[in-house]
Amino acid sequence: MSESTPSFFHRIGLAFGAFFGILFNGELAARVQRLRQTGAHGGPETAPPQPILKETGPEAALQLLGLLQRDGRFIDFIEEDIASYSDADIGAATRVVHEGCRKVLHEHFTLAPVCTEAEGSAITLEAGFDASAIRLTGNVMGQAPFRGSLGHRGWRVTAVRLPRLAERHDARVLAPAEVEL
Amino acid sequence: MSDALYAIGIDLGTTHCALSSVDLGASEGEQASQQVMTIPQLTAPGTVEDLLLLPSFLYVPHPSELAPGDLSLPWTADQDYAVGEMARSRGAQTPIRLVSSAKSWLCHAGVDRRAPILPSEAPEEVARLSPLEASVRFLGHLREAWNHAHPEAPFEQQEITVTIPASFDPAARELTAEASAAAGYGQMTLLEEPQAALYSWIQGSTGRWRDQLKVGDIILVVDIGGGTTDLSLIAAVERDGNLEPHRVAVGDHILLGGDNMDLTLAHVVAAKLAGQDIRLDAWQLRALTHACRGAKEALLGHAETEVVPVVVPSRGSKLIGGSIRTELTREEIGRTVLEGFFPSVDSSARPLSRARTALTQLGLPYAQDTAITRHLAAFLGRQLGATHALEGFAAPTIPGATFLHPTAVLFNGGVLKARILADRIVETLNVWLAAEGAPPVRVLEGADLDLAVARGAAYYSYVRRGGGVRIRGGTASAFYVGIESAMPAVPGLEPPVQALCIAPFGLEEGTQAELPPQELGLVVGEPVRFRFFGSSVRRQDQVGTLLEAWESDEIQELGEIEANLPAEGRAPGEIVPVRLRAMVTETGTLRLEALPRGGGEHWKVELEVRGGTPS
Repeated sequence: MSESTPSFFHRIGLAFGAFFGILFNGELAARVQRLRQTGAHGGPETAPPQPILKETGPEAALQLLGLLQRDGRFIDFIEEDIASYSDADIGAATRVVHEGCRKVLHEHFTLAPVCTEAEGSAITLEAGFDASAIRLTGNVMGQAPFRGSLGHRGWRVTAVRLPRLAERHDARVLAPAEVEL
Repeated sequence: MSDALYAIGIDLGTTHCALSSVDLGASEGEQASQQVMTIPQLTAPGTVEDLLLLPSFLYVPHPSELAPGDLSLPWTADQDYAVGEMARSRGAQTPIRLVSSAKSWLCHAGVDRRAPILPSEAPEEVARLSPLEASVRFLGHLREAWNHAHPEAPFEQQEITVTIPASFDPAARELTAEASAAAGYGQMTLLEEPQAALYSWIQGSTGRWRDQLKVGDIILVVDIGGGTTDLSLIAAVERDGNLEPHRVAVGDHILLGGDNMDLTLAHVVAAKLAGQDIRLDAWQLRALTHACRGAKEALLGHAETEVVPVVVPSRGSKLIGGSIRTELTREEIGRTVLEGFFPSVDSSARPLSRARTALTQLGLPYAQDTAITRHLAAFLGRQLGATHALEGFAAPTIPGATFLHPTAVLFNGGVLKARILADRIVETLNVWLAAEGAPPVRVLEGADLDLAVARGAAYYSYVRRGGGVRIRGGTASAFYVGIESAMPAVPGLEPPVQALCIAPFGLEEGTQAELPPQELGLVVGEPVRFRFFGSSVRRQDQVGTLLEAWESDEIQELGEIEANLPAEGRAPGEIVPVRLRAMVTETGTLRLEALPRGGGEHWKVELEVRGGTPS
């Protein structure tokens, strides 16, 4: 870091600017959060943190499978051997799966495209674009700005609303067996 | 009252409940800061989700049906029943443990609404609930949900409005108020649902409603929900130089709604499948009803769609091999829903009714004629004179009119999201109006058909504090007690009954009627029952008017009322002359009191008599 430490009065202005910036600019807030998490104590002096692979708990994945099965018969459909059925039969069942899975998706996630431009249109990526949200393919070389055409708009989840589970709820049971008395 | 932070509105619906609130600190005049709260509820065992609507279903599980903790809610771990989405989906498969349509039972005068009678099909070992108790639990769930989300503003300290159908009789209103009190509602007021819908529309217009309505307008509110249809007429009058909505008439309670349409469609499709030798069991028929609802919405929502596939999924895990595919066509939906429920009829059409057998009284009194347009024709015809003596109402009466001519229509209820159904009502009305030389109706646009009632109720809680326009009108009925005339008994003939008016039409909240000059004899220490009547058309009758004869559709008999004069200071068996006084409380319920001659004392007369039907 070559910049010198800003003066106290400069810091007051910076602090106010940062406050409102973080409050109203989600991207800035995320970057500040990353900065605080990676270098909260010592700033640039501390050693870079060890790369860590995080473990994802199975609970949320099981929960989503359960919802897709409950409303969209997802497991039934995927687990069935479709080789012996006609396309018409499969098509009929697909309506149940499509309608139900779509309901689950829309109820529990808010989806938005990563890029709002029409697919196939020319697109320019400035330096510092979010590489985790945009994947470059083909002749990947040279320097930004990159010019290319949009192959897929991408999907991004902007909100997740998964149901809360009771403490001892067994999410591994994706669908209970049904016994009619 | 002044420490309320929010004005809350609760739509206690037959099939769904919703809750909306106005933040009092952030609202001024007609600019109300309003939200609809999501309601945490069980959607499956051990699974809690936040949904905008709380289905009005209650499920009483078997002790070994669920694992411990499966019924836990964010605010309680020890509740032995479920309300909301899980109750509805589970109850569909186990109806003997499901309480549904509790609100329709609450206004069913043929049963004891405080007695444990629900689920009505439950075997003996299932603990039953009264319609009153079921309502208490729905209201209680909403209160807990609020308190969980707003620990800073305890529910019981807020201004609360609970909505009821306009057609609720005094006993059903009283029971709703009683249920609210039992559920811990403090400051509570009742509001009729069509009025709530209009409040929501007024609020949504942010002041522009004054440009869209003028003095002399008559708004017809058509509210078709999942289980009921409710009709009201609201006139725009001038009062102290201001435009003011005045509710002039309400229709009968019609147990007919979207669920009936889905069920009818399912039977049409099931009959078609039966023609191909495919028989459906009860589980499949329910799945078919669900599929038909989706197909109905697809067909009614898209005018160019001709056919929608309907798939009944298999019950077992073989989805592709076991599903049944059929389709619903535009022609079928037109014949079933449009012609079955909204036929183009004449303005002189009236609902068909069959004589009821005694047995049907054990269940809910569903509408016998499914044609909503015929019910509408009857309502407008009966209310022809609704605006005759209305102060500040300047519209000229058209000579030769055979029904009251509305000038505007406001729709409410999820069914009317289908444009084609709303359009059919408008077309039918306009044909009637054109035949009598009246201009077509305007449709008041911009209503949120699912949430308008909750929103309007919250807005009403807010305007009651002086924040905006109010709809006036008072009671939409005059009330009468039956007096047997003194005449020699004739074998085989019931002694004729006279109706004594004790509350005039349009009695406003917080006011009491005069005392009638006539006295009734009450037996000390014994409950004495009187027949009780209401009329939604006799606007001219004053307290003390004694009717000896009336048209059968002019006056309806309500449940009996009961007066009980305690024996203190009197000899049991003594007959004391009393006069009956009616008042409408601030809450919006009718209250009857018996006042003995010459004393300052008064006794409450019960509107809802324990024991239901007279023996």
